[in-house]
Amino acid sequence: MSKIIARTGNEAMAEAMRQINPDVVAAYPITPATEIVMIFAKYVADGLVDTNYIAVESEHSAMSACVGASVAGARVMTGTSSQGLALMYEILPIAAALRLPIVMCDVNRALSGPINIHCDHSDTMAARDFGWIQIFSENSQEAYDSLIQAIRIAEDPRVHLPAMVTTDGFIISHCMDKIEILEDKEVKDFIGQERKAKTSLLDINNPVSVGLLDLQDYYFEHRVPVAQAMKDSKKVILEVAEEFGRKFGRKYGLLEGYKLEDAEFVAVALGSTCGTAKVVVDELRGKGVKAGLLKIRVFRPFPAEEIVAALTKAKAVAVLDRSDSWSSQGGQVSTEIRSAMYELSSKPKMINFIYGLGGREIDLPQIRSVYSALQAVDKQPLVQYLGVRE
Amino acid sequence: MCPGCGAPIIARQILLASKDPVVVVCATGCLEVSTTIFPYTAWTVPYLHNAFENAGATLSGVEAAYQNFKKKGKIGQHINFVAFGGDGGTYDIGLQSLSGAMERGHDLLYVCYNNEAYMNTGVQRSSATPKGANTTTEPAGKIQQGKVEWRKDLTEIMAAHNIPYVAQAIVGNWADLTRKAEKAYALRGPKFMNVLQPCRLGWGYKPEDTLELARLAFDTCFWPVYEVENGVYKVNKPKVKKPVVEYLKTQDRFRHLFKPGNEKLLEDIQAEVDRRWSQLLAKEALAKGGEVK
Repeated sequence: MSKIIARTGNEAMAEAMRQINPDVVAAYPITPATEIVMIFAKYVADGLVDTNYIAVESEHSAMSACVGASVAGARVMTGTSSQGLALMYEILPIAAALRLPIVMCDVNRALSGPINIHCDHSDTMAARDFGWIQIFSENSQEAYDSLIQAIRIAEDPRVHLPAMVTTDGFIISHCMDKIEILEDKEVKDFIGQERKAKTSLLDINNPVSVGLLDLQDYYFEHRVPVAQAMKDSKKVILEVAEEFGRKFGRKYGLLEGYKLEDAEFVAVALGSTCGTAKVVVDELRGKGVKAGLLKIRVFRPFPAEEIVAALTKAKAVAVLDRSDSWSSQGGQVSTEIRSAMYELSSKPKMINFIYGLGGREIDLPQIRSVYSALQAVDKQPLVQYLGVRE
Repeated sequence: MCPGCGAPIIARQILLASKDPVVVVCATGCLEVSTTIFPYTAWTVPYLHNAFENAGATLSGVEAAYQNFKKKGKIGQHINFVAFGGDGGTYDIGLQSLSGAMERGHDLLYVCYNNEAYMNTGVQRSSATPKGANTTTEPAGKIQQGKVEWRKDLTEIMAAHNIPYVAQAIVGNWADLTRKAEKAYALRGPKFMNVLQPCRLGWGYKPEDTLELARLAFDTCFWPVYEVENGVYKVNKPKVKKPVVEYLKTQDRFRHLFKPGNEKLLEDIQAEVDRRWSQLLAKEALAKGGEVK
């Protein structure tokens, strides 16, 4: 029997970690993800988990230790944010190339500089090309559910890739929300009692050499399978979501459409902003405006075909990016969607809003202005900064 | 590896000393690139390379997984966990990762094969490079005589972690080297060994002189051979302490120091070697309860 309780995003993720009960956790504190590590450390101290917890001296060492433990065959988790994630960047693609199913709680926070502790997606977006599955959460419930699903997805033999589940710093990580928690046994049965690694560094009778120097003659052949696994993971993500929905009643996909079927004016967003946008969609629908929202839950693998199918009937689309790619062509989500839409013969007008950097609040008037812009889309520039002072 | 390289001798002797199975993590460097070019591997024991600066942290993770599996009864056999890193990957870029691993008390042995510069990438200076040595990033020139700074004393930094075992050794004394490795394996907790490894390429000498050069480093006290077991110092003393120039003159990297005008520099190097040597002897005397003079 599941139970409904009040939890912040960090508490919800720590609770999922307790139920997952990984073999090894290596983590380092960083605002706003620190609580996850603190709560989990208390679980270790109280004997509520069997985990060997390594309180490392940096995030670089956190990810390095995760790689070591995962190559040894352990089920491994970590948590971080922003600068911490940036310090891991060197090791993230190594974890992916070694096909290690490490699962990370990633609390979205703006990258320095200037130094800032609040939410935007610049940290996670900068890690989009490192071969990690990336799942965004609209609220604590999604973070909890996705973290449990991420273990199954990452460890699936068709995938064998690391995965990060993100929440929006402070907005989700520190806000109390009503969530439904599964029974410990339900979680354990869903993810499987233990990771079934094909090889282990601790198998002394079958010694393996891992992480060899790969030159012009082999490197390429070892990179392409990572791309293939990422492509294949889409099916696995959907299968795992379907099973989760069947067993526990909460449905997930790669995307979530809100009043999208007949929508003419569509906003696309990730994370907690989607909750705010849904309110505006309802308002506009009440006034007879055919507004809709497309929420991207899974950013890696990028659900290009699904996004195209969801947007093809719209008149105008505004992509909301909570980070800037500095390309002068807009944020990462916008440029990827524009690229995916290229083959369509008849496509909606598309504009991009970069908003909420460094935790700048995204409120109802700002989102209303996005839909107003969509209704006069021909007069809009390709990229606009939303909510910034002149 | 290059003819006359000391690194494989160190790896082989350290691993031969283990009676139990070993698992190895290697930092990026000479030993790593020359033993594991895909699809080949020279390693017959489990081996993992992650990156340059994180051998300490990577092996921490492997050891934590082992402790977890042992706790759950999934694994029974004792395994010795060994990391190999060059001086660049240990003294410089990997120092934080190493210090963290030592402080956290993982049951592992970290071995620095110390050839006193970044040899794999073409003899760039490291904080292990001795004063006066010619390197490609702090070369001997018209107004500068090689490395300006004194080298970092990493072994003492490791000793300051108050871990069960810290040792300095040389590649030329195999009995001492393997005895130290055996001692390290017998102790539970973090262990660190710093092994001087002459590098023919970066030091400039004949390949057949590798072991002789290491012994000369010991005989001149340029590289003291000693151990710190649970805080107690034990120093190997040369029969006759030779002048440092006997060692310096054997290598191309110090050749410029013998040009007229550099006499003072040679005196300074001798004085610093003497100072560090007497400091070490004082630490040994202190451990024995003797008087510090």
